[in-house]
Amino acid sequence: MRRLSGGKESVRFQILARQFALPSTVTMIALFYVPLLIILAYSLLTRGPYGGVMLPLTLESYRRVFDPLYGQIFWRSIWIAAVSTALCLILAFPLAFYIARSGGRKTLLLNLVMLPFWTSFLIRTYAWMFLLRDTGLINTALLAVHAIREPLPLLFNDGAVILGLVYGYLPFMVLPLYATLEKLDDSLLQAAADLGATPWVAFWRVVIPLSKPGAVAGSLLVFIPCLGAYLTPDLMGGGKTVMIGNLVQNQFTTARDWPFGAAFSLLLMLIVLGTTRVLGKRGEELL
Amino acid sequence: MRRLLAVYAGIAYLFLYAPLAVLAVFSFNASKIAVWQGFTLHWYGSVFHNPALLEGTLNSLVIAGAATVISTILGTLAGYAIWKRRMPWLTNSLYLSLLSPEIVTGVSLLAFFAWVFRFGHVQLGMHTVILAHISFSLAYVVLVILARLRTFDPTLEEAGLDLGATEWEVFRRITAPMLLPGIVAAALLCFTVSFDDYVITSLVAGVDSETLPMMVYAMARKGVSPEVNALSVMITVGLGSLILTAGRLERRGR
Repeated sequence: MRRLSGGKESVRFQILARQFALPSTVTMIALFYVPLLIILAYSLLTRGPYGGVMLPLTLESYRRVFDPLYGQIFWRSIWIAAVSTALCLILAFPLAFYIARSGGRKTLLLNLVMLPFWTSFLIRTYAWMFLLRDTGLINTALLAVHAIREPLPLLFNDGAVILGLVYGYLPFMVLPLYATLEKLDDSLLQAAADLGATPWVAFWRVVIPLSKPGAVAGSLLVFIPCLGAYLTPDLMGGGKTVMIGNLVQNQFTTARDWPFGAAFSLLLMLIVLGTTRVLGKRGEELL
Repeated sequence: MRRLLAVYAGIAYLFLYAPLAVLAVFSFNASKIAVWQGFTLHWYGSVFHNPALLEGTLNSLVIAGAATVISTILGTLAGYAIWKRRMPWLTNSLYLSLLSPEIVTGVSLLAFFAWVFRFGHVQLGMHTVILAHISFSLAYVVLVILARLRTFDPTLEEAGLDLGATEWEVFRRITAPMLLPGIVAAALLCFTVSFDDYVITSLVAGVDSETLPMMVYAMARKGVSPEVNALSVMITVGLGSLILTAGRLERRGR
């Protein structure tokens, strides 16, 4: 059983706990909430002549967020994130199911899934660039055996971005799925078999419905970072695939239209808030 | 069915590890292009003779080191506090910071620093990067500490209180020493996420604070080179061993 609070004597620790929480509370206010409030303020200001911000207050940036030109980037990001999430779900489910039924090797197999996740995201993206580019390993090998005459356009397109995202966030899907599948009682499957269900029927009608909480949590845990992705579309999408993250980065660096970039960041943050609400307490337990 | 699943799992692990393995193999390739022409350690040597990369590594170590020390102290205290009384506001804030997209965290900190700098002649640099890293790594520390505390027996603390220790003494002399493997694990994890970060760092870094990931990024943009492969292998092996150590510490004494 999980022990959330520190025992019966907790009451004596209340003052100490409050003191201990203070530095982190101040840090979160100063370095998380205040910056978000400043983004909110910037989103309502006018772009200054040298890239800064100035008065008057205006809703112009928000109007532009819903401009069809940028709306297209918004929907494209949602689409890419949704496809990546669906692919993660399909790919992770059998793997999580396998790990959950692996007896003593469970922890090892799960850690093997998580290990690449903790190593550099940038390097893992670079590894795929090394494989997929025109002069990369796959194209070089295919050209060498004369399977193709010209390099296949594997990199710098939407497909490459989706591949990069699936590769990057697959562990986020495996983890919560594993958590629900591991709790699945074998006797339920036996009961289904006793009642005449084939393994497939038992799988579809018992395992799948019972793993729904993990699938929902995993989907949101993958969808959120995919929607806000910056590095993957930047490196693997080339100039053609622009997602919200790239747009925001561009507005704060090259284009220097901070109010517009701020409005788009807030929109992204609102979507994240919305999805975490759906995720609710379940997310806390699984993270 | 079982065998089919095993085959599938094998392919899935191949998918996870093959790209990194291929990268590692070709970091020893004598040729600059993706054709094997013989074994060499030349690219590893050239990484060590690149002064810019060495400076970037030093910057990354200083930033990750400073952020880790501060985040680990703050996060350990916060984790303990959350364990003692629920503190929903702090807990939710930490989860939110964990889930908010890196790009949003990055630009909001950039806007924040730009706003603060209006009141003084400060510039972006190592200090802003360190502050940014504290803000996003704090939640990781708290998560590890809380996971550790959930297996901790509070009756040990009660015994301390019964024997006349104050709450602070109980924490200092009983809980903190027993938590130590968890604290070290949290610090290692924190160091890794800090050392690795590119997106947030690139937004709040100044001219004097270019980190190693920023250099890897710049090189990756220019194109693939065996030097980047060698560098990537060294970073991956270094951080990977930190994570494995953290994992072993985390499990020890459970």
